[in-house]
Amino acid sequence: MSDMKMAAQAAGLFATYDIPDFFCELLNRKDLPPPGLQLVRDRLSRFGLAELRRRAAAVEAQFYRLGITFTVYSDREAIDRVLPFDVIPRVLTAAEWDHVDRGVQQRVRAINLFLHDIYHDRHILRDNVVPAELVLGNANYCQAMVGLDVPGGVYVHINGTDLVRDRDGRFLVLEDNARTPSGVSYVLEDRQMMLRLMPDLATGLDIRPVDEYGPRLHRALVEVAPAGVMDPQVVLLSPGIYNAAYFEHVFLAREMGIPLVEGRDLLVEDGRVYMRTVAGPRPVHSIYRRLNDDFLDPQVFNPDSLLGVPGLVDAYRRGNVTLANAIGTGVADDKAVYAYMPRIIRYYLDEEPILTNVETHICAERAGLDYTLANLENLVVKPVGESGGYGLLIGPHATRAELDDFRARLRADPANYISQPVISLSVSPTLCPAGVEARHVDLRPFAVTGHDTWVLPGGLSRVALRKGSLVVNSSQGGGSKDTWVLAS
Amino acid sequence: MGAGIMTQVSVFPAPLLPGLRNLLSRYAENMMWLARYMERIENMARLIEVTGSSVRAGSVDAGWDSIIRINADEEFFFRHHKAATEQAVVTFYITEEGNPDSILSLARCARENARVLRPLISTEMWMHLNVFTRWVIELGPGDVGAGYLSPLCTRLKQDCQTHFGITEGTLYRDQGWLFYSLGKNLERADQITRLIDIKYHTLLPSGAGVGSDIDMSQWTSVLRSAAAYHAFRRVLPDGMTPANIVGFLLKNDGFPRSLSNSLCNVYSALGSLAGEYRLRHCGPILERVEELRVTLAEQTVEDIIVRGLHEYMDWIQRELRQIQNEIAQAFWPPVVSVSAADGMAQVQN
Repeated sequence: MSDMKMAAQAAGLFATYDIPDFFCELLNRKDLPPPGLQLVRDRLSRFGLAELRRRAAAVEAQFYRLGITFTVYSDREAIDRVLPFDVIPRVLTAAEWDHVDRGVQQRVRAINLFLHDIYHDRHILRDNVVPAELVLGNANYCQAMVGLDVPGGVYVHINGTDLVRDRDGRFLVLEDNARTPSGVSYVLEDRQMMLRLMPDLATGLDIRPVDEYGPRLHRALVEVAPAGVMDPQVVLLSPGIYNAAYFEHVFLAREMGIPLVEGRDLLVEDGRVYMRTVAGPRPVHSIYRRLNDDFLDPQVFNPDSLLGVPGLVDAYRRGNVTLANAIGTGVADDKAVYAYMPRIIRYYLDEEPILTNVETHICAERAGLDYTLANLENLVVKPVGESGGYGLLIGPHATRAELDDFRARLRADPANYISQPVISLSVSPTLCPAGVEARHVDLRPFAVTGHDTWVLPGGLSRVALRKGSLVVNSSQGGGSKDTWVLAS
Repeated sequence: MGAGIMTQVSVFPAPLLPGLRNLLSRYAENMMWLARYMERIENMARLIEVTGSSVRAGSVDAGWDSIIRINADEEFFFRHHKAATEQAVVTFYITEEGNPDSILSLARCARENARVLRPLISTEMWMHLNVFTRWVIELGPGDVGAGYLSPLCTRLKQDCQTHFGITEGTLYRDQGWLFYSLGKNLERADQITRLIDIKYHTLLPSGAGVGSDIDMSQWTSVLRSAAAYHAFRRVLPDGMTPANIVGFLLKNDGFPRSLSNSLCNVYSALGSLAGEYRLRHCGPILERVEELRVTLAEQTVEDIIVRGLHEYMDWIQRELRQIQNEIAQAFWPPVVSVSAADGMAQVQN
């Protein structure tokens, strides 16, 4: 098709779409657009802005009715917000997905081997591949895990890998989420909503389904239950209704058909875990916990916490219950350890990383700090110990004063920071107040590991709703998009 | 012979579905309270609407203060308000934050319970509750003016009834459903005895007025407050006497909000928990309910009135509270633990 003809066809909805100098997921790919994408694009362009807005309003109303929300804490009370949802899907081809799928699996394998190693023989530290103090001195390194054999050697049962695409459309790993990654409920709900309210967009397309997630996760959690249990009882442990991700906890418990419990619903007796039911205590074997390490067991961690279960770690250490994810997995998703991940993959698997990291400078190291200080205006600097997009410095967007201020902070506490070049994140056409505009997106695929690893085809595409913004976190005003993986 | 709950042998070999055997104690408690709160909102709305129309029709005796007395809120109310004016009472019972019995507070509680129960209740139930409770929580002073009161109460009632309808049509029938049923029927039993008790106080002793026009319109409003007016007319077209009305509300098994019907449903829910789900601890509670039912069945309304309607209603309310306490003891006993893990206050009560 000629460029002219293509431009004419795209005229409708995309008439004013200004493709900047980024990789665009839908309209500006390196190679000829695959037929599936072309179809989505053509259909969308015929939609018209008014119709698209009508659909978007219907979606939002439905999300509101369903209370599909996350909780934002203001001064006085918790407010339920609907995560903004964009009705223009992000589409990945089968080949692209295959690459992501294999890359994520490889990473999960390496992470699990790494965690086993650092809590057992520590080969990787003795071989000086990863600095020992980075691991052993890490706040997330958990002494209670040393020497403990977890069922199947699985530490990270649920992993979320944050990916971005650069100017060339190459996928890069931004970070690993090996503790309690969230967002998968949006993936499933977004799909439901899309198929219900934009059915005409997907007709005839072979999109890989996402509704297998619940059964797959349940099966994995059953597979990793302590050996010898005939009919393992799985529960999901939530901090409760005031947690920002409570909606997701409910969602996952429902998808798996298991009880959603809070710490006060569980008790430990003789090293075994039970839940309080109307028929008395009932055994629990596998816990998908959405509670951070620090809150799990007041006898071992934070004694003031009321959220956990006294004696849980003892039961865990005795092998009577499985925790997913295991305790102490935070070492693997540490932003400083992240820098070593390519070497970790080579070390354990003797393979080249399928998904590469973003080039990362570790400020704890002299060279890394010097480079960061010298090139601050071109770098993104991230605190190692925080999440949610807080405490970031985006060099090119910072004022001189902000840069100076950050240099002082870096010198005062270099070990707390890593820096990376600014990646020109890919964009995706997004319905905005002024029309359809390009907005930056990332991708978080979810991997579930029991006896083997399975990656949900799709994942959470987060979109930065502010023009030019690179921050996609929900807490920073990001939204989500449905991610379609084409089967062929 | 009865429902056969004592000897019933299940056709199914124990639990068919995982959910059946593992109802968390906390969920059972929340189920019960969700039903109670929704039932309470509906009752409150009906009471306000009926009072509004009867007061305006000129029956000064059945003034706004009767709502305060039905809820035993005299002290609390008059600490904050000088007089039981329509404005004060309506605000107090619909939108007042500080009143735990206001529809606003009840809706908040219902919502909290529903949020906890989301893993159990149907999506349809949640969606409706979510929209309804949000609407109630956002009601402002401007929404409860005299001109809007009747439509407001109508919508409140209708939304509650929609909730009960959706629940009936979509909630999975397991232990959770039975605890829901317990809550709904205990609340109905409680409400009907309160209503009778207060109207007895207001109306019966006034000697001269008994049987007069005013008296009749007052009793009509009692029936309307219980959504019983048309049912009563159908059953006893010419029998509009205080005794007949009290009898109907207490003892008519066909009327869904009567005391006897509510107790029957409580008994049957407990029976299913004991029988189908083999929950021990149900025995003594079943006995207590059965005793209540027998006492009610064996006495005529005239007996009850002669011996003291108020004392009887009082006794029933104490028994209902006792049943509630025993259910709590049996199914969600306080945690005996060295830790302070139970320090988080429950939303209920």
